[in-house]
Amino acid sequence: MSALADPGAARAHARAMGGTIVEAMPILPPRAEDLPVGVKLDDLLWEETIAAGGYASRILRRSNRLRLIDLRGDACASLLLFNAAMPTERLNIADTVKVQWDAYPAAGSLLLSDMGRVLASIEQDDAATHDAFCGASNEVSNRARYGDGSNSGAYPNARDRLLLGAAKHGLGRRDVHPCINLFKGVRIGADGAVVPQLGPFAPGRSLVLRAEMDLILVIANCPHVLDPRPWSVTPLRATAWRGPVTAEDDPVRTATPERLRAFLNTEDLYR
Amino acid sequence: MEQTAHLDGLPGRVIHDEVVPARAPWLHRVKAGETLRVVDLEGNQAVDFLLYATADDAERFSAQDTIAAQANIFLRTGSVLLSNEGRPMMTIVATSVDYHDMIGGACSCESNSLRYGHHTKSQHACVDNFLEANLRDGRGKRDIVSNINFFMNVPVEPDGTLGIVDGISAPGLTVDLRAEMDVTVVVSNCPQINNPCNGFNPTPVRMIVAA
Repeated sequence: MSALADPGAARAHARAMGGTIVEAMPILPPRAEDLPVGVKLDDLLWEETIAAGGYASRILRRSNRLRLIDLRGDACASLLLFNAAMPTERLNIADTVKVQWDAYPAAGSLLLSDMGRVLASIEQDDAATHDAFCGASNEVSNRARYGDGSNSGAYPNARDRLLLGAAKHGLGRRDVHPCINLFKGVRIGADGAVVPQLGPFAPGRSLVLRAEMDLILVIANCPHVLDPRPWSVTPLRATAWRGPVTAEDDPVRTATPERLRAFLNTEDLYR
Repeated sequence: MEQTAHLDGLPGRVIHDEVVPARAPWLHRVKAGETLRVVDLEGNQAVDFLLYATADDAERFSAQDTIAAQANIFLRTGSVLLSNEGRPMMTIVATSVDYHDMIGGACSCESNSLRYGHHTKSQHACVDNFLEANLRDGRGKRDIVSNINFFMNVPVEPDGTLGIVDGISAPGLTVDLRAEMDVTVVVSNCPQINNPCNGFNPTPVRMIVAA
């Protein structure tokens, strides 16, 4: 320790850490070897691996794409979405399932706001195990399962991760709304029972979201609230790039009358 | 109305008794230990229901936490209504309806425009009731989260198809909720006329608090 007793030595010590590579970190400027055909490296916006138990928050612009990859098959991406221009407008999970008459979001589904607009479309999805019902773990549920749920401990809970991510965009406890869990799924039985689909799954399952509005996106990557195993969660990779705005004849936009009207409402915001 | 009707089995004496008109909002504080009885007076009337911790209203009812904790989307006798911070807010101590909804959310002018068409945008809706009641109590739009729909039926089919279908309630059926903390109850007596949740005819409900 005495070797670091002066600021110059402390500076040299700190600077010597630069360039360290770990699995969970952002890559700046973003690089990715596996962009989809037709996406240019110049269009890459974000490349980050989110730690097991970690979180991230980010602005995405209308027409940006976000690809999430469950690198090792045990990620659980609890997702919040806000209208970046007016964050009181946000994901409404009840409207999302009710308006689309569908309990199980998958490829082609929309994530709807409380203002009758499309925050994002699920453009591609090879996972199809997602959960609109169980929400985030919290400090109480993690304490019950793991003995601790604090941000400062080994078993952080998803709600408190979402709170930190939201706080970095000026948002607070009133803003952390019901979320969708991606990669961990549930099915609902006839008696209303929630049947979790928790894997672990094959490594590398992915999902691509298309931002239909300017968004604040917050992701926590903590074990699903109903996961009975000892603490089990693996890193989540996020990659975002620029893409075209959804066309008038887009098959997701025109799939149902409800979805078409949701796009009409969204386009009205950007006229 | 017969004043003594609907009072059987309530613990303690009645300290508040009010009929909420069709289509109207309602806000009331219920103290820990008190019991709130909601009466579907004429049957098939959805009662959209939110809870806030009176001491700190950033803590509020969470449908998702409640669903996860009981691993079931329906509310039945014994269900504990949990907050977004995992604490019990109220317990359903009795209900004469098979189950109540937690996934259908509240109707709004905006979601009505998606579900039925833009011609419904000017119709009254639950979110407007929630806003009106909350605004008078210092809360706003970001305080509105997924709600309970008492007396409303939203089944999920094996293929995932879900929808608001004909009610399973009937005239005089009730739900009793015991407060586990001091709570602020915010209700929209649902004005929806485009689906079967109110039998296409919104009607009054009765709110009785016993202590």
